[in-house]
Amino acid sequence: MVEAVLFVLMGAGAIAGALTVVLARNPVYSAMGLLATLFSVAVLYVVHLAHAVAAVQVIVYAGAVMTLFLFVIMLIGVDKSEVRDEQLPHQRALILGVGLLIVVLAAAVTFSGSFVWVPAAVASPNPNLTNGTIQAIAEPLFTDWVLAFEATALLLTIAAAGAVALAHYRRRDT
Amino acid sequence: MITEYIWLVIALPLAGAVFLHFFGRFLKAPLPGVVASLAIAGAFAVALVATLPFLQGTDHGQGILLWEWMPAIGANLEILWDPLAALMTLVVTGVGALIHAFAIGYMHGDDRFHRFFTYLNLFAASMLTLVLAGNFAMLFLGWELVGLCSYLLIGFWFTGESAAGAAKKAFVVNRIGDLGMLVAMMILFAVFGTLSMEGIFGEASQLGAGLATAVGLLLLLGAAGKSAQIPLYVWLPDAMEGPTPVSALIHAATMVTAGVYLIARSAPIIELSTTAQVTIATVGAATAIWAATIALAQRDIKKVLAYSTVSQLGYMFMAVGATAYVAGIFHLMTHAFFKALLFLGAGAVIHALNDEQDMRKMGGLFKKMPVTAVTMGIATLAISGIPPLAGFWSKDEILGSLFNRGGWFSVLWLVGLITAFITAFYMTRQWVLVFLGEPRWADDAHPHEGPRVMTVPLVVLAVLTMVGGLVNTPLRFTLEHFLEPAFEGVRVLHPPAGWLMFAVLAGISVLAGVGGIGAAYLAYNRPKEDWERFESGFGRVWGLWEDAYGVDDIYGTTLVAPGLKLAEKAAFKVDLPAIDGAVNGLGFLVRRAGQGMRVFQTGQVRNYAAFLMVATLLLMIWMVVGG
Amino acid sequence: MVDPGWYMALAASLFGIGAVGLLMRRSVLVMFMCIELMLNAVNLTLISAGRAMNDINGQVAVFFILVVAAAEVVVGLAIIVSIFRLRSTASVDDLGEMQG
Repeated sequence: MVEAVLFVLMGAGAIAGALTVVLARNPVYSAMGLLATLFSVAVLYVVHLAHAVAAVQVIVYAGAVMTLFLFVIMLIGVDKSEVRDEQLPHQRALILGVGLLIVVLAAAVTFSGSFVWVPAAVASPNPNLTNGTIQAIAEPLFTDWVLAFEATALLLTIAAAGAVALAHYRRRDT
Repeated sequence: MITEYIWLVIALPLAGAVFLHFFGRFLKAPLPGVVASLAIAGAFAVALVATLPFLQGTDHGQGILLWEWMPAIGANLEILWDPLAALMTLVVTGVGALIHAFAIGYMHGDDRFHRFFTYLNLFAASMLTLVLAGNFAMLFLGWELVGLCSYLLIGFWFTGESAAGAAKKAFVVNRIGDLGMLVAMMILFAVFGTLSMEGIFGEASQLGAGLATAVGLLLLLGAAGKSAQIPLYVWLPDAMEGPTPVSALIHAATMVTAGVYLIARSAPIIELSTTAQVTIATVGAATAIWAATIALAQRDIKKVLAYSTVSQLGYMFMAVGATAYVAGIFHLMTHAFFKALLFLGAGAVIHALNDEQDMRKMGGLFKKMPVTAVTMGIATLAISGIPPLAGFWSKDEILGSLFNRGGWFSVLWLVGLITAFITAFYMTRQWVLVFLGEPRWADDAHPHEGPRVMTVPLVVLAVLTMVGGLVNTPLRFTLEHFLEPAFEGVRVLHPPAGWLMFAVLAGISVLAGVGGIGAAYLAYNRPKEDWERFESGFGRVWGLWEDAYGVDDIYGTTLVAPGLKLAEKAAFKVDLPAIDGAVNGLGFLVRRAGQGMRVFQTGQVRNYAAFLMVATLLLMIWMVVGG
Repeated sequence: MVDPGWYMALAASLFGIGAVGLLMRRSVLVMFMCIELMLNAVNLTLISAGRAMNDINGQVAVFFILVVAAAEVVVGLAIIVSIFRLRSTASVDDLGEMQG
């Protein structure tokens, strides 16, 4: 019952935030919408007992990443002059096509019955197995997925170096 | 022991060529020539030491494997070091070294001095690869490389149109011969499954009579191309466009004898087919007399020698065709001595007269160039077959062998005898025209003897010409015994035994030689008007000889012109519309396709994102519907 | 408890909104946020499915996606700043030089 209430509330919050991101004229509002979505999703993570991931979501995403976004928005100026009417040829048709395809896909999977929502779902989930504490996540992370872990570490290093290189860019004439 | 280092014989000139190619231009004028000469002299020294075991009789030849290249088909880098290869190597490196030294003086002042010696050394390395090859693949490698060097050196002064044309002609005519060579190699491989000489000659009898004839004739075609025999001799006279040392080294002493070497090396196969033997000997005889008559009427000092070379190569073919391999190789060796000497002497004369080659504008040079005159005189006597000079012994052995075989070969003997007379005649004519009589050269020429570096090789070669024949006389068959291991299991034809027969046959041929010399001396040691009247007394025949029987024109109208026409048709009627059309059409299609695809390359990130998503969603639909 | 299917539906909605927004908007920053939306939608499906299937690996996968997203944001924002410094614009429609 609690879960249902939370799902409805947070689901509505996430959708509203997402719509704000897409529709807001001012990028700062978009950022705020994204922040709302991220928080809502984080709450849903907690509902799923994914405590650690939820914490990371709030700290890294809603915290650091969003700060970075806002910082860049402020750096390059709040640009409200974005042209709203479509000027690219065919782009409107393509957007329509993508939207239509998503709807068709959703309708198809809903009504055809060929798609089970979660195919391997068990009848009665055991919360003890998916209790996402730090220990519970760390164990597979550093055993089964250690190679992927190392790869992401490398990726982060490269990203940091790349960001520094980009920031160092100077125009030839200056 | 030393035999294991025999690869140095090839490596030294090759190293010289590589070195000169990269660093030759930094050396001052005589130095590249010195480097090249030292490289080939070093090769000579190595070869000489490695030959000693054969002379002592402690070794009878062996194969030395250097590197496994394609062992499955018997094509490795291997050297077959036997007496035959040793003799060829000594001739190539020995005569080659002398000519290298001579060229230092002859090429003095040429802009591309170092390049000349690069080519010469490369040629030496290629020629040695050819003669030392232990299998037909390596032999063919050398065979083609000497052809390339010949091309490069004939066309050394490529700015002259005639030199460039002559180089091309030599290359193209040689290709015709190479075709025969290649097909022969293919047949051999098909039958024996290997290209190794050891493998082929060891079981040569497996070759049926028909195939043996085919291989023999195809080898003859290859040899005829390289050794300038009828009908492929036409390139050699034109090759005289090259510098004279080149003519001496490549087109007299070494490369053109490769065909003779090939036939002698393939003796176990030639052995099997009488048809091939008769054909080879007949081609040789025909070439000998044909070229000799042409040489009679030439005015160019080098052209005389060129046709003379063709004629003498005909002798060698007669010999190897009649299975008198030793006699053929013997003549190859002595010919290398005296013909190199003749060419170098001619070079000295040309050099002295500011590149004048017309004999009618020479004369009376004896006093100005005594060393050249005497040495060339010795060579002239040698080629005319006057004892005890080198040419006498080898030519006499060939003629004796032919006579001994009898039958059709007796006819060839007669042809050889007549050719001997003609040879003596035209060689004496040349010597008299150049060195005796009144001076007819241009006023601004100041003929003089060349520098020491040019005269010393002449003298050395003259000494070799005098004593070189003594290695194989009826008194001492040294060469015969030396070459025995190389012709093991092959029946080698000899002159008739007995002193009486030798005396009779030698007497006849000496008579022919002396007759030719005497006739020419009488005819030409007179004022210009007299011998011009003598020549015009022959009427149109003389013109025919002078024009080399018009063979070049006949080839031109029957082969070259239709070939050009065919090429033109192929180029403009087939290649342009069909081949080019197909290629262009393909390009056109690609360009049109690209034009079509440009629509998607809008440069707009959002378009790309949309394409990406549409594609992803379509894939998902396919998965849902199809899966 | 709520059926996992509902979570999937929510995630699909978020993804669709993000996708359409990505195609519609031309401010680079907003497009970037749309991508983050889509990534979050995927994360939600992973965690929901992991719970329904009794599998902790769903959460581990989300962990990785978070790291990659962070890296992406760092580089992406650096690129945006560079472009802005060079061109004084944050609209992708002005960046069409690569047209074929």
